[in-house]
Amino acid sequence: MSGIIIDKLNVWFDTPEARVNAVKNVNLRVEKGQSVGLVGESGSGKSTILRALTGLIPTWSGSMEVADEKLGRKRSHRFYKKVQMVFQDPYASLHPRHSVDQVLSETLRLHGFSDIDQRISKLLSDVGLGPAFRFRYPHQLSGGQRQRVAIARALAPEPEILLLDEPTSALDVSVQAEILNLLVDLRLEHGLTYLMVSHDLAVIGHMCEYIAVMQLGEIVEIMPVKEMRELRPTHPYSRHLLESSLGYKSEDNSVQ
Amino acid sequence: MTRLEVENLWVKFPTRNGIFDAVRGVSFSLGEERLGIVGESGSGKSMTGRAILRLIRKPGEVTANHISLDGEDLLQLSEREMRRIRGQRISMIMQDPKFSLNPVMTVGEQMLESYAQQAKGTRQQAKDKVLEMLEAVAIRDPLRVINAYPHELSGGMGQRIMIAMMLIPDPDILIADEPTSALDVSVQTQVLNILDKLVRDRGMGLIFISHDLNLVSAFCDRVLIMYSGRIVEACAADKLHEATHPYTQGLLKSLPRLDAPQERLQVLDRDPAWAKADSVSGIR
Ligand SMILES: Nc1ncnc2c1ncn2[C@@H]1O[C@H](COP(=O)(O)OP(=O)(O)OP(=O)(O)O)[C@@H](O)[C@H]1O
Ligand SMILES: Nc1ncnc2c1ncn2[C@@H]1O[C@H](COP(=O)(O)OP(=O)(O)OP(=O)(O)O)[C@@H](O)[C@H]1O
Ligand SMILES: [Mg+2]
Ligand SMILES: [Mg+2]
Repeated sequence: MSGIIIDKLNVWFDTPEARVNAVKNVNLRVEKGQSVGLVGESGSGKSTILRALTGLIPTWSGSMEVADEKLGRKRSHRFYKKVQMVFQDPYASLHPRHSVDQVLSETLRLHGFSDIDQRISKLLSDVGLGPAFRFRYPHQLSGGQRQRVAIARALAPEPEILLLDEPTSALDVSVQAEILNLLVDLRLEHGLTYLMVSHDLAVIGHMCEYIAVMQLGEIVEIMPVKEMRELRPTHPYSRHLLESSLGYKSEDNSVQ
Repeated sequence: MTRLEVENLWVKFPTRNGIFDAVRGVSFSLGEERLGIVGESGSGKSMTGRAILRLIRKPGEVTANHISLDGEDLLQLSEREMRRIRGQRISMIMQDPKFSLNPVMTVGEQMLESYAQQAKGTRQQAKDKVLEMLEAVAIRDPLRVINAYPHELSGGMGQRIMIAMMLIPDPDILIADEPTSALDVSVQTQVLNILDKLVRDRGMGLIFISHDLNLVSAFCDRVLIMYSGRIVEACAADKLHEATHPYTQGLLKSLPRLDAPQERLQVLDRDPAWAKADSVSGIR
């Protein structure tokens, strides 16, 4: 069985002024059970690739295959049972008038689970939220608490493939460690496949075997994480990204 | 010189399980400096920022001995006077930038509007200024982005638009709530250099809320560490790695490292006593 196979993918947006070519001729493979990181410049098309996979963008060409299913214009119900996504912007992806309980129970019911009450408790505790959060609404949660609800919702259908768009960007590092450990455990136990976007190279290094670097809509380099650790990227943009990850220097210090 | 001083700040919310204290007796001062705030998810960082601007929504409640800006207690001001403070003296970059932008107005319209509130000038001057701000925050194609709606922006673009908008009024105090969490490191550096310059050249006071410990340590002057609605430790930013509170030490240990891969990340053993200890003062 395959994980994700993307071949010659182009994604564009037509706006009144012009066409925005957000993703250009991208080829990417994630084998079943593998975890691949997607990094790169802000606005380079990372979220667009994930959104195209989940069927949220109609304007694309090329081919995409996920868990042995060749993707067309529409996604089947079966697709969302196998593939779930954690969106970059948890606020926008949670319905403002649905409580945490409603969000999770609806997802669980939709996917045919019956022991809903138990599952909700388990999901919440897995993402480090106590029972007190169960009846809260999104506006009553902090940024990181919302992000964890979004993660719990994605885990609820027990998917095989997770598309993770900056899943821990709003979490403090101790909660981040708990969530990343959870994701690592799930992958080991159930052979899950991850495609994960992050701007934090240390997080990608911890979670993934391969890293794909994007700039201006294109993947400019794919390398094993081991090579990244040894500071051996070949493309100038990947080098630049890696070097600047090694620490912030203010303008004054950097001219010295 | 102290510009902002917060003494004994509380933020309370009624919930179905009784009153929840989101912020519990926090005190700190801010001079012409970069003050970092790090801490547990849900520990009250954003609520502290919003409380200063009196932006806590009902039924939430704010109390404090005072929240003073250059000696004037913001809690005593009328709502009208407060709007003036928000428009001109204190800006806040919200944690959810795309949510805070108006979804049915283009980026350009929103930026022009906030510019018009600050300065007089021709429409062309305003437009030039907006373009200049977009370029300053490293937006690659400002002419397209000016005509874009918020949902047409990437996460990091939304964040940079928000930063550019909050800098238009040239505020005395900027509260930046995770302003760079969606930015790649090189764009992040450019944005931080802008903030840095404002502190150095114009004496702006900056509150910088972030989860990135290494960044806060390198970029800020002082750091407050929050846990469960309180400040548990306050230290010089470059001494963050020598922090003594077990919570702060635990945070430092749970960081994944590019140069030293581990099988599992260390997690915290949270001690109930941390939440009980009195808040440490961040007043200098
Ligand atoms: N609905 C849309 N209409 C028009 N342009 C869009 C739309 N959605 C995205 N874009 C454009 O596509 C490009 C890629 O955006 P995308 O969100 O994929 O970037 P990203 O790599 O995820 O960036 P970030 O790290 O900042 O989140 C950007 O230039 C963005 O403005
Ligand atoms: N309307 C509300 N009703 C009840 N509790 C609330 C409400 N709004 C916020 N809270 C709670 O207040 C606490 C502090 O929230 P705040 O947004 O300040 O956290 P934070 O430190 O910014 O966290 P994060 O790093 O996750 O953004 C959280 O535990 C949150 O659940
Ligand atoms: Mg994105
Ligand atoms: Mg917050």
